[in-house]
Amino acid sequence: MLNRFMQMRLRDLIILAIILFALPLFLNNPFHYDLATQMAIIAATVVGLNLLVGFAGQISLGHAGFFGLGAYFTGIMTSSYGWSSVPALVVGAIAVGIIAWIVGRPILRLKGHYLSMATLAVGFIIAIILNNERALTGGPDGMPVPAFTVFGWELSPFGSYNLLGMELNGSEAWYLFAALVLLVAVWLAQNLIDSPIGRALRSVHGSEVAARVVGVDTARYKSLVFVVSAIYASAMGSLYAHFQGFITPAVAGFDFSILFITMVVLGGMGSTMGVILGAVVLKLLPQVLADFQELETVMFGAILMLTMIFMPKGLLPTIQMAVGKRMKKKAGGQA
Amino acid sequence: MFAEFLQYLFTGITIGATYALIALGFTLIYNASHVINFAQGEFLMIGGMATVSLTAMGVPMVLAIILAVLLAGVLGILLQRFAIAPAKQADVVTLIIITIGASIFIRGLAQLVWGKEYHVMQNFSSDEPIRIFGAVLNSQSLWVLGIGAILVVGLVLFFTRTLIGKAILATSMNKEAARLVGIRTQLVLMLAFLVSAVLGSVAGVVVAPITFTSYDIGIMLGLKGFVAAAIGGLGSGIGAVVGGLLLGVVEAMAAGYISSDYKDAVAFSMILVVLFFMPRGLFGAKVVERV
Repeated sequence: MLNRFMQMRLRDLIILAIILFALPLFLNNPFHYDLATQMAIIAATVVGLNLLVGFAGQISLGHAGFFGLGAYFTGIMTSSYGWSSVPALVVGAIAVGIIAWIVGRPILRLKGHYLSMATLAVGFIIAIILNNERALTGGPDGMPVPAFTVFGWELSPFGSYNLLGMELNGSEAWYLFAALVLLVAVWLAQNLIDSPIGRALRSVHGSEVAARVVGVDTARYKSLVFVVSAIYASAMGSLYAHFQGFITPAVAGFDFSILFITMVVLGGMGSTMGVILGAVVLKLLPQVLADFQELETVMFGAILMLTMIFMPKGLLPTIQMAVGKRMKKKAGGQA
Repeated sequence: MFAEFLQYLFTGITIGATYALIALGFTLIYNASHVINFAQGEFLMIGGMATVSLTAMGVPMVLAIILAVLLAGVLGILLQRFAIAPAKQADVVTLIIITIGASIFIRGLAQLVWGKEYHVMQNFSSDEPIRIFGAVLNSQSLWVLGIGAILVVGLVLFFTRTLIGKAILATSMNKEAARLVGIRTQLVLMLAFLVSAVLGSVAGVVVAPITFTSYDIGIMLGLKGFVAAAIGGLGSGIGAVVGGLLLGVVEAMAAGYISSDYKDAVAFSMILVVLFFMPRGLFGAKVVERV
């Protein structure tokens, strides 16, 4: 019975939901809620990136570019043009998807390090444009972004809300919203992975030539997943902009791109739950290390290096393998 | 008009020579181990920063430079031995993350030892600029070009005339076969990182009087070196030199004639255009993928 449950497709989603909704029991101030909200939004971005990196086996060192485009599209449209949040998010995501498709077709022909170089370049170009178009983006100083609104209803970290008789402050409300968004993001990703498209993608990862030989249109599937992951990034960038209330070009920058890809690799490429763990760990680590003050950077680098050297498959897959071996041993001993 | 052009050209060639040295470092390590070393820029930083701090302690310039280069070399060997070698079965992306971790680690150490300030380094010779057809040439530029040229010639001789250089080449061509003929490939890989670190740190020292130096200078310089290496074609020595010079000149021209805000965007657009038409860079070898 337990085993059957473990193999269910929805297992991960249910576990994640339980964790996400049990977490407020351990959070007791707005700062914790804000950190958790950031984690959820970033985790959803990384779940999208993982489709490209973990399943299709393509590298992107410029994904923050798409995240930043979404954030700035929302910022500009809602503050300067009076758009509502949802249309801004959706139109932004579609626009970014189109950009990703145009850029993706030629770039995805490249392999390995050339692909990482090209994606890095795309990310850089986007960040430079956001940095320099001062009239539109406010330049390096950044720009304020209004609160998230749906049909006149406003979700602000500073508001207070009433949900089914429960009094919620703005941080708590944002957390619940972000948790729901993450669940939807995971659900969509898992559906994609289990679809024929997902199988095609995995065949590209295994061997692109073999995939082509059996008739998989590899170029099409690679662009498709590139576009999907860019849309994830753009939509989450929009939410991130609303949540933070202020954005700078750093959201599209190289450091952010590296952070995203590191979350995927550290957590475990190809494992949706793994990359969420990666996002949580890499968001938490600086908080924990902040106590070490000037040692912070050194320790961060050392932890990153050591984890990747000793767990090249990533945190969650390594843990799962260790637990799996244990359980097998136990089962063997009993029989 | 012409003076202006010449001025941009001088600037471009000087910075381009630095990019070329960084790109050569990338190429060396890439050839030997198929790793893109994102910590390459940190060797430059170590070269510049260690020289500055040693001379501040009263060590004569030449000795300070030698010590700084040695320090970077040791770091290169340690990087290979303790970070790259243990993870040789890992994915390409995993190796990238490892070298990024290493670069953050080294940068953190530098920040700890040398602080976050910018440091100024003296020109090697006179501060008097040289005037040619109305353009001004910093005397340090001549040092950059001269030392760059010596290093490139030295590398060519090293790879064609010495047994050790040939051993590195053999390992990069076919590791198994190299091992069969008695080459100690692990040693060779360490050597490749050593040479690469030496190249990087020398570049860092000669360019420091022009660009200044600080603990985080390696990030952007390292990336530019990667761009140069990719333009030229990863693994190609000529490609690295041509790619570096081309990148430097295009960047300087873009900064001069278009907008200095967008000079980096021009550099990154150039790599996209090159890769669009030549997916393996200008001089990259055609490789038939084996299935």
